[in-house]
Amino acid sequence: MNLHLKVWRQRNSETKGRLVDYEARNIPEDCSFLEMLDLVNQDLLSRGDEPIAFDHDCREGICGMCSLTINGVPHGPSETTTCQLYMRKFKDGETIYIEPFRAGAFPLLRDLAVNRSAFDRIQQAGGFVSAHVGAAQDGNAILVPKTDADRAMEAAACIGCGACVAACPNASAMLFVGAKVTHLASLPQGQPERERRVLAMVKRMDEEGFGNCSNYLECEAVCPAEIPATVIGQLNRDYSVALVKDTL
Amino acid sequence: MNLLLKFWSSSIGKKWLVALTGLALLGFVVAHLVGNLQMFAGASKINAYAEFLHQNEKPLWIARIGLIACFVLHIVATLTLVKMNRAARPQSYALNRHVQAKISTRTMAFSGLTVLSFVVFHLLHYTLRVTDPRFRTVEEKGELQNVFDVYHMVVLGFQNPLISAFYIFSVGLLALHLSHGVSSVFQTFGLESKRSAQWMPTAGKILSALIFAGYASIPTAVLMGVLK
Repeated sequence: MNLHLKVWRQRNSETKGRLVDYEARNIPEDCSFLEMLDLVNQDLLSRGDEPIAFDHDCREGICGMCSLTINGVPHGPSETTTCQLYMRKFKDGETIYIEPFRAGAFPLLRDLAVNRSAFDRIQQAGGFVSAHVGAAQDGNAILVPKTDADRAMEAAACIGCGACVAACPNASAMLFVGAKVTHLASLPQGQPERERRVLAMVKRMDEEGFGNCSNYLECEAVCPAEIPATVIGQLNRDYSVALVKDTL
Repeated sequence: MNLLLKFWSSSIGKKWLVALTGLALLGFVVAHLVGNLQMFAGASKINAYAEFLHQNEKPLWIARIGLIACFVLHIVATLTLVKMNRAARPQSYALNRHVQAKISTRTMAFSGLTVLSFVVFHLLHYTLRVTDPRFRTVEEKGELQNVFDVYHMVVLGFQNPLISAFYIFSVGLLALHLSHGVSSVFQTFGLESKRSAQWMPTAGKILSALIFAGYASIPTAVLMGVLK
């Protein structure tokens, strides 16, 4: 299949970027979106042009490294990540807009690659259990009700790709932070630091310059891990309880 | 005070203030509607209600000052959040698509600001009575009888189709604003769960539809000659 691409090209964060037109020719339908970009890059290299920079790693939909806003939607029309999006989802001759994940907190590195380490800093602010717990315990040593385990697992599925931020009209990171907070708040191991954690993570989130949730729910629609927006409700609840307790 | 400052200084805290003041304003919208619907019970009933409000000046002014404070805080906190949200995406997308964002959510700023301009006009129109000289003569007549003739003032006001149209348009936008606001309040307070997420948007829609129907019924009845 043949496609018209409109790709965001930008040398670095200092220079201005623009959409550049490319023709992707003879692309097999069963190739993934990233493989299609690999073919376009091969073509660019053979002509002596600079290849398009984009993030990728596992190409199995589990690492959270790939990004891209495709035709205005993060990860494009796939239910999963960009690396698991196949070209058969597009029509022959279609025009495809390819832009980076856009947010002030995700500074652009080059072309389609952005720096998402703001997420790492939010995690480092408290998204973990600080006590050394030693070796794994017996399966039933700590009893966790099935519903709690399910809720924790659902939230823990977050791969930290940043599509929620890219999709949110406010570039809010509250689905990500909500997932991390809900994951640990649903388990016994997360309880001792529950309040300190949510206060620190939200503080860091605000400092990183992410926007605020306006309940557009675009985040939940594009999340490749299908994190529900109810984790934002949990985040709001935990945060306000912790803030009141911390003040009084 | 310290708690209020802490809430103000965080993003989620500001959303709490928007939600709390929004709830207070919703309370007024409902109470005001109940009062207004007495139009259908006849002139003596609504005029007696107006008389009752004016006789209790002190509590009335306490409520008014509280409402103004909520109104100002609601707008200022929202504008502060909007400013942060705009700053969070300095470079916008060349092509932007919404997957599931609702129209009520996407038009919150438009509906909110239109309702704000409507409220200013509405106060000048019926509360301060500066836009229509006829209302002052009604009042003078009323003062002779020692009652406020609210009934005839409202009928006179809504007989102007332009004013009625702006009124219905504005309460329509208010309903749209509330259908997003009511369900968002649950999310902001963290009361949302998997189960409640199913019915909350519907609850918001039903409540705002009732509010719209109630408010719009009065100018419609005046224009149709049911209230005269």
